[in-house]
Amino acid sequence: MEWLQQLVNGISLGSIYALIALGYTMVYGIIKLINFAHGEVFMIGAFIGYFCIAGWGLGLFPALVIAMTSCAIIGVVIERIAYKRLRNATRIAVLITAIGVSLLIQNGVIYMRGAQPEAYPAVLANKSFDFLGVQISSQSILILSVSVGLMIILQFIVHKTKIGKAMRAVSYDSEAAKLMGINVDNTISATFAIGSALAGAAGVIFGIYYTKIDPLMGVIPGLKAFVAAVLGGIGIIPGAMVGGLVLGVVETFVSALGFSLWRDAAAFIILILILIFKPSGIFGKNTREKV
Amino acid sequence: MKLKKFAGIFATATLAVGLLAGCGAGEKADGDSSSSKGGDTIKIGVNLELSGAVASYGTSELSGIELAVEEINAAGGVDGKDIELVKVDNKSDPAEATSAALKLITQDKVVAIIGAATSGATVAQAEIANGNEVPLISPSGTSPTVTVKDDGSVNEFVFRTSFIDPFQGTVAANFAANDLGVKNVAIYSDNSSDYSKGLAASFKKDFEAAGGTVVAEESYVGKDTDFRSTLTRIKAANPEFILIPGYYEEVGLIVKQAREMGIDVPLMGADGWDSPVLMDLAGAEALNNTFTTNHYSSEDPDGIIQDFNDKFEAKYSKAPDAFNALGYDTVYLLADAIKRAGGADSVKIKDALAATSGLELVTGLYSVDENHHPVKSATILEYKDGEQIFKTKVNP
Repeated sequence: MEWLQQLVNGISLGSIYALIALGYTMVYGIIKLINFAHGEVFMIGAFIGYFCIAGWGLGLFPALVIAMTSCAIIGVVIERIAYKRLRNATRIAVLITAIGVSLLIQNGVIYMRGAQPEAYPAVLANKSFDFLGVQISSQSILILSVSVGLMIILQFIVHKTKIGKAMRAVSYDSEAAKLMGINVDNTISATFAIGSALAGAAGVIFGIYYTKIDPLMGVIPGLKAFVAAVLGGIGIIPGAMVGGLVLGVVETFVSALGFSLWRDAAAFIILILILIFKPSGIFGKNTREKV
Repeated sequence: MKLKKFAGIFATATLAVGLLAGCGAGEKADGDSSSSKGGDTIKIGVNLELSGAVASYGTSELSGIELAVEEINAAGGVDGKDIELVKVDNKSDPAEATSAALKLITQDKVVAIIGAATSGATVAQAEIANGNEVPLISPSGTSPTVTVKDDGSVNEFVFRTSFIDPFQGTVAANFAANDLGVKNVAIYSDNSSDYSKGLAASFKKDFEAAGGTVVAEESYVGKDTDFRSTLTRIKAANPEFILIPGYYEEVGLIVKQAREMGIDVPLMGADGWDSPVLMDLAGAEALNNTFTTNHYSSEDPDGIIQDFNDKFEAKYSKAPDAFNALGYDTVYLLADAIKRAGGADSVKIKDALAATSGLELVTGLYSVDENHHPVKSATILEYKDGEQIFKTKVNP
């Protein structure tokens, strides 16, 4: 029973990684940019959700919607200010800019409100269900269902809508897409908006599940989500979901075996192994592309 | 152009402020030296964290110190001489603390120094205190290394008011074995903190000596947020009690997650739990049936503590915390030593401090052992519906 319980713990943790990884992988899929500021958008989402719930007394779903909308706007602003000018620059230049933006946001938030942690209010009555001797909390179920729900919506947007078609076209060949009358800038902005909205949602859910939020909370989940995205095949939406869940479960089992001090190391060992043996990820086709 | 102008104004302003500050400090120093010429005061240096990362410790202790000095002077001083404080801010920085100690000793000619609040900033001054033969008392430096050097020798001139970290582990072990009567316990410590590891080690040693068994020993790393998998492991070992000697940021989450998973055995920690943030993180309900060791509780019905509470509230109109009490006690500890030394001679004060025994202070009955570690009582608090309730006082 202990192992079943650990599996439940791992899936809950993995769902949050998956939700952040979805945004990562989308942005990478369209403009081949590893957006390191994604973890910070996640952090801002958590704080916006906190202010909605604790400050204005809103419920969970209004807070989730407000956080997602604000993060979408912030994502677009970041893209317009920091990345747009670098559209034809080398990939390393854009990568370094992304790291810079990430540090700027972290320290900006610390400057505005200090570095002390904040406790999320208990907005959701947390019931535990006893299933085959395993405790499953209502929060775990919420996290998993929100993650899966958003992934399905995302798949729908990418494969069934006009903007999704434009995204796929830009991803395939942005020059040709432009020739076919697609507004590349708007498409990229839309990608950032959707990806950042997902990060915002993940921030609010993280706050509810783990209670503690602080200005540096985006760093480690951001890196883990990056590992999850690479693990599943960067640029592939179901891959990010599966990668996140696998990573969460692996980390949990590392702890469950008594190596809790190695759990962060385990994530990065996975990253290294994947990059050596199957750089395209679990779901990737074997095209020769470096991450 | 505009930018240049702004930079000019900024530079001028900075210079002006700097000059003014310099003048202020100069005047103050002059004032201090002129008053000491009379020779009717005892000068005590206060070297505390009044700004910077841990300023809340330093400022809390300072209000305790000032209250005690006011009381002693109003009652006729020590041997008929008033105590005069010379305050310096070490900015929560060990290097700053060192230079501040040098200034206090060489320029202000203090007979003893109170500070710093943290172990690190106190250790930084230890050599200066030894070299210049001026006693140094840290109100709250709890690391054993403050008074005992790495080679095992004692910093002769360094003392402290608070108990040391491992002592809290011992107290917790006795409390678990005797008061709670548990046999099988688990320890969940922070592997990135010496404080936590030291507490866990002394708890284990003393609890096993008392006939108990440690059924699970797990660790986490500071800044972790997910403790569920390790807690599942601990739960499977079926402990009757769990010691979590960490700081409130992680402990809050551990307590919350443990209770969610149906772990309802007593949990226990130490003074690292003491923060209002703990309550926000864990929630009042999850904190029921948890205990902490601490320096002091304002709920303690003991006369000397209630008396201190009243006096503190009258001066600052708020209830005192442990740091206020430790600052207050440090002054009384020093005043007692000066009285027994028969004058303001630093070396005699040091000898008197080292011989302190059975001194009644707000934070407990105080004696010094050969390592300059205090032998004093610890207070055990219980959380009940969001309140810290005084449970018992444990003597070593």
